[in-house]
This record gives sequence, C-alpha cells and structure tokens, in this order.
Amino acid sequence: MPNTIHIKAFGMVAERIGATDLELAHCLDSEALLETLRAKFPELTTTKFSLAINKKLISGNQEIPENAEIALLPPFSGG
Amino acid sequence: MNRFERQVILPGFGIDGQAKLRNSSVLVIGAGGLGCPILLYLAAAGVGKIGVADGDKVALSNLNRQVLFGEKELGKNKAETAARYFQEKYSDIKWEVYPEFITTENAQELISGYDLMIDGTDNFPTRYLVNDACVLMGKPLVFGAIYQHEGQVSVFNLGENACNYRDLYPKMPSALEIPNCAETGVIGVLPGIIGNLMALEAIKVLSGLGKPLSNRVLFFNSLTSQTYEVEISPNSEAQEAMPASFASFEIMDYELACEGIKQLTWSDAMKKMNHDVAFVDVREPGEMPPLECTGLLKIPFSSLSTQFGRLADSEEVLFFCQSGIRSQNAARQLQEAFPDKKIYSIKGGINALKTN
Repeated sequence: MPNTIHIKAFGMVAERIGATDLELAHCLDSEALLETLRAKFPELTTTKFSLAINKKLISGNQEIPENAEIALLPPFSGG
Repeated sequence: MNRFERQVILPGFGIDGQAKLRNSSVLVIGAGGLGCPILLYLAAAGVGKIGVADGDKVALSNLNRQVLFGEKELGKNKAETAARYFQEKYSDIKWEVYPEFITTENAQELISGYDLMIDGTDNFPTRYLVNDACVLMGKPLVFGAIYQHEGQVSVFNLGENACNYRDLYPKMPSALEIPNCAETGVIGVLPGIIGNLMALEAIKVLSGLGKPLSNRVLFFNSLTSQTYEVEISPNSEAQEAMPASFASFEIMDYELACEGIKQLTWSDAMKKMNHDVAFVDVREPGEMPPLECTGLLKIPFSSLSTQFGRLADSEEVLFFCQSGIRSQNAARQLQEAFPDKKIYSIKGGINALKTN
C-alpha cells in the first residue's frame, strides 16, 4: 500500500492506543507523526516512549521513509 | 567428570568457556522476579563469585514468580535467603550477600568488586542509578525489565562505542506514567523468561560465547510469543544528563529526577513539622487507619484541584496518602499551580508508617 506507515505499539502505549498494530497515512517526519498520534490518542501526551524507524532507535526529529515500520517503545520498570 | 560436563563438551564453549565463568564475578541487583531465575542459572552454570544485593523481605504476593522462596521464608531478607538456598546446593561458588538496597552511597563500593552487573530491580530511579554507576565505572550491565505481558532485555556498556540505558530512554520516566508489577500484576513465567534471557546474556558476556545484545534491545511479548529487536546508537545529548563524576553521582537524587517531586521518609517528614508547613492527608474519607494530629489538613485527592486555595498561604506542603502514589500526583498538581512552593510527598504513605 503506498503512502502508509505501519505502527507497532508496545506496553503502556499499546494499551492507550488500544492496539498493537496500526496503519497510518504517511507523515513526513517523526515530529509530525507524534503530533498525529497525540491528536488521535490524547492519552499518549502523558506517556514517555522512544521511537524506532525500521528497527533503529532515533533521537531528535527524523524523516520517515514511505512504508516505514515505526515502533513506539515505552520503558518498563518491573522486575 | 564434573558438574559442568554438559556445557564443557559443547562446541564453542568448552573448557575455556567454563574457566572464564569460574574466574568471573557477577553482582545481581535485586533478588525478585528477575533475580531468582538469573541466580538459579548463573549458579548452575558455575560463575565463580556471585553477589546478591536486595534490602527487601519475602512477601506472600512474591511467591507466584520469586521461585527461590517458599512459605517458610516470609518476612526474611531476599538476598540472605537466596544465598542460603545455593550454599546448600553447590560448594564451588563464592557468595557475597548484601541485605540492602543499592543507593548513591553504596553503589561504587558494591560494583567495584565485580566484573559484570545485572539489573533485576523494579523501579526507574534505581535503574538509572545502577546504569549511571556502571557507566562511571566502565562496567558492563545486563538490563531487563517487565510490564504486564511484555519484557525488554539489553546489554549496556560493553565494548567500544557502547550504549547504555540513557541512550534508550533519555527522558527519565515517572512511576505514575508506567506502573510496576506490584500495581499491574504479572504471570510468574514472564519474569522467568526475561530473567533467563538476562542470565544467558551474562554467560555470553563472561564466556565470549555468541553475540550479546550490545547496542540492541530485545522486546518479548508473552501473549503473542513474538520478539522485536531494535538497534540503539549512542546519543550524546542523553549522555549530558548523566552525572560526570562520582562526586556528582553521590549527591544526585534519582527519585526527584524521575518523579519531579522530592520524596521524604516519615522520619524526615516529622523533622519538618512546624506551623509553617501544611501537612495534608489526600486519602478519601474512610481509608484506614485514620491519622489524627493537630494541624493535619484532610483534602481528599478527588477534590484537591478545587481546594488549592486552602494551601495558598503555606510555603511548604507535605502530602501523604495510603501508599505514596496519589500523594505524588497531588504534589505534582500543586507544584504546577504554585511553582515556587516547596512540595513533598511521603514515601510509601501510611503503609510505610505502619511497618515502622
């Protein structure tokens, strides 16, 4: 499917989104994606998580290639 | 033949691999849901010296996953109980027992005696503390953590250009955002699996077998049996938040850094009591046991936001609740409304007062 990104959500983020997998229309970069996600799922604004594009963790804003797989990775504390 | 024959005959491990384990020392921090399986397999594999640090006591609710402990050990210290179990089982391991929690004061001394650290703790402040101490000392750290039906495992600080916990999670999270298993529940097998993955990583790091999860983090979901692996790279910005030396590490308040709210013990709180300090019970009416003392304000958490006015004139505010979670939330809300006030939450709430 063209112009789509595939979201994989983990832990508390999956809980707040209500799914572990999700398809979204393509966003130009990671900041734009976060804005889209927060608008769609307001509960995400109070959860910290890291982002991986095509299984590589990113820091700062990064461009998102078409058909990318984006993982939303919250920290876990339990032991 | 010796008790390690089946791993010594394994190609790629052999006598050399066994000798490396024999000459290694590992500190397992936390003897809980992760620590129990880690200890079981490191001891069985023949790591020469194993240290166990845990200040916690065995509780009935631990027994679904903390498989070293039984009904007869309720109330006993976990580190001491675990070491005793293994001392009866194997005669060829040197055990060091630390019946205490790791802190900024004892971390350097604890860690300095070991080749490898394993983090089986259960809260964010301690995870950052252990990470930072290992980075400062240049010691590798096997990391693992769980949340409900998921786990994550990685190896930090191993080799050149190595990542650590701050590269994975630069922003320190609060317990209010991500609760631990005491609050959300867990099926015992999950920490069993994650703990075993951690023990495996430790054996790989120590013996040179295979490729440890260095600069990678592995996620496991027990409901789908799926794994997901992500590559991590060093993040210079994240490292700037790290204490630069042991002098700054020792004065760092990891709880404050994670929660944004200073936490006090009951004894520290008692010292603060005077008429300038507002002392606030945010529990709802009817929560037991009631606490009565002069000057105590009762403002249930559910109506706190409409009663900020009652606290407007107090420069310092001390909140408590039943277990210390709502009071942190209350403190955060009030801090947002009054950034200049000194606001504290009492650690562990009324439950902590009862046990003291």
